[in-house]
Amino acid sequence: MPSTIRVRATANGDTTEVQALIQHPMDSGFVKNAQGQIIPPHFIQQLTFEHNGKTVFLADWGPAVSKDPYVKFSFKGANKGDDLKISWADNKGATDTTTAKIQ
Amino acid sequence: MRVRTVLTSAFAALAAAALACLAASAVAAPDKPDPVADAKAFKKYFTDKFPKVKLEDFVNGPYSMNEDMHKQWEEKEQFPPYEFSLEAGKEMFGKPFKNGKTYADCFPNGGIGIRQNYPYFDEKEGKVITLELALNRCREANGEAPYSYVKDEMASLTAYMAFTSRGKPMDIKIPNDPRALEAYENGKRYFYTRRGQLNFSCASCHVQSPGERIRAEVLAPALGILNALPIYRSEWAGMGTTSRRFVTCNSQTRAVPLEPQSDEYRDLEYYLSYVSNGLPISGPGARP
Amino acid sequence: MSMIRKSENRLFDKIMLQSNMRNISIVAVLLVSGAMPALAASEADYNTAFAAADAAEKEAASLHNRWTSTEAGLAAAKKAAAAGDFDAATASARKAEALAKASIFQATSEKERWKDMEIR
Repeated sequence: MPSTIRVRATANGDTTEVQALIQHPMDSGFVKNAQGQIIPPHFIQQLTFEHNGKTVFLADWGPAVSKDPYVKFSFKGANKGDDLKISWADNKGATDTTTAKIQ
Repeated sequence: MRVRTVLTSAFAALAAAALACLAASAVAAPDKPDPVADAKAFKKYFTDKFPKVKLEDFVNGPYSMNEDMHKQWEEKEQFPPYEFSLEAGKEMFGKPFKNGKTYADCFPNGGIGIRQNYPYFDEKEGKVITLELALNRCREANGEAPYSYVKDEMASLTAYMAFTSRGKPMDIKIPNDPRALEAYENGKRYFYTRRGQLNFSCASCHVQSPGERIRAEVLAPALGILNALPIYRSEWAGMGTTSRRFVTCNSQTRAVPLEPQSDEYRDLEYYLSYVSNGLPISGPGARP
Repeated sequence: MSMIRKSENRLFDKIMLQSNMRNISIVAVLLVSGAMPALAASEADYNTAFAAADAAEKEAASLHNRWTSTEAGLAAAKKAAAAGDFDAATASARKAEALAKASIFQATSEKERWKDMEIR
């Protein structure tokens, strides 16, 4: 199954800028479908970015985050060619993970 | 500006009758449609109104109306939200039908890099053919069920086809056929006619008020407005076709929308695309 | 001439004010509903009112100019009637009829006016 995570990490001096686009419905549990029934909540609860075994970004998400979330942040201490590991877990127990090279 | 107050239906009937009389005497003989002059005037209107915006940037709609929004657009383009739909579209486009044929068999140049030629006027049929319509006809001709014009599949397909034409100038032709001119005029008339309980025409927002706000949204100029379609709208949390946009614009003015790909909508797409000839295809796009 | 209208939003107001062409304050028709007599309505009253509203809406449909608010009014009328509330049902039906008639008026009056807005 293709990865749900698109990521681009670019090192600029000692700062690495990371952008990620994650494919996920992020249903809040407050929206009704055309038949008037509530669409059950289905959203990412935790998103983690790790570098050299250390967590550089941790997000605790909930129903307020929209579909196909986009994340952008910067962190220090990484070099070009290093690995960046991204993983998420949602409220239904599903997970996905991917590793990208910092360019 | 004179404003009339309408109180009862009887009064309305009276007023309508009086108006008809006035209209009959005041309106000059109908001009012969001159699309070339229209397109020139259309472009001039918007370039005069926004002298700092480059002609090709009008296709980015609200993002060219506002410095802050332009920065957001630049960032968005680095990681566009329409990526998933675009990839799905590419896959769908390449997948053969049950009978072994593909979309490429229905279109010139295998369907690649042709989006800027749509809509076109089909002289055999005497009607405007849009890209969405052509795609569904291709499906039906090959034994497949047509897609809904307002849902994800059509949006993904047209996103891919638009992507293969990115940068190419819109190139709509009006053949020397009175029916084609009539379709063009129909589209123009639709665009400027007020409708819905809110009494807006397309022009009310996109000609009179581009760059201004309607509630929280910045309005796009009508010039190049179809060049970015289909669009990922944050408001929809998903991808939407030209048909979807026409339908929702109607319901937003409290007009009951027409059926997608009905004659008026096709003619409207014909007119709007023609007057934006020369501006680059920027689709698939992203909007707030 | 007094201008009676229901303000939908500031842009609508702005467009109404800035428009350099004649336009009709169709929305004023909504006020018809405020002038209804306060008598209890029977089912027969409702049926008459609904039939009139429905006929007007069909005419608006033939002109390709129905309003979503008219449709909502007709639906509300039906719903109230089904629940036995003929006062509300008749009021909704009358309001829907007024909206339908306004939409017919709009279709005919706006037919030539579009040229006023056209970029030339």
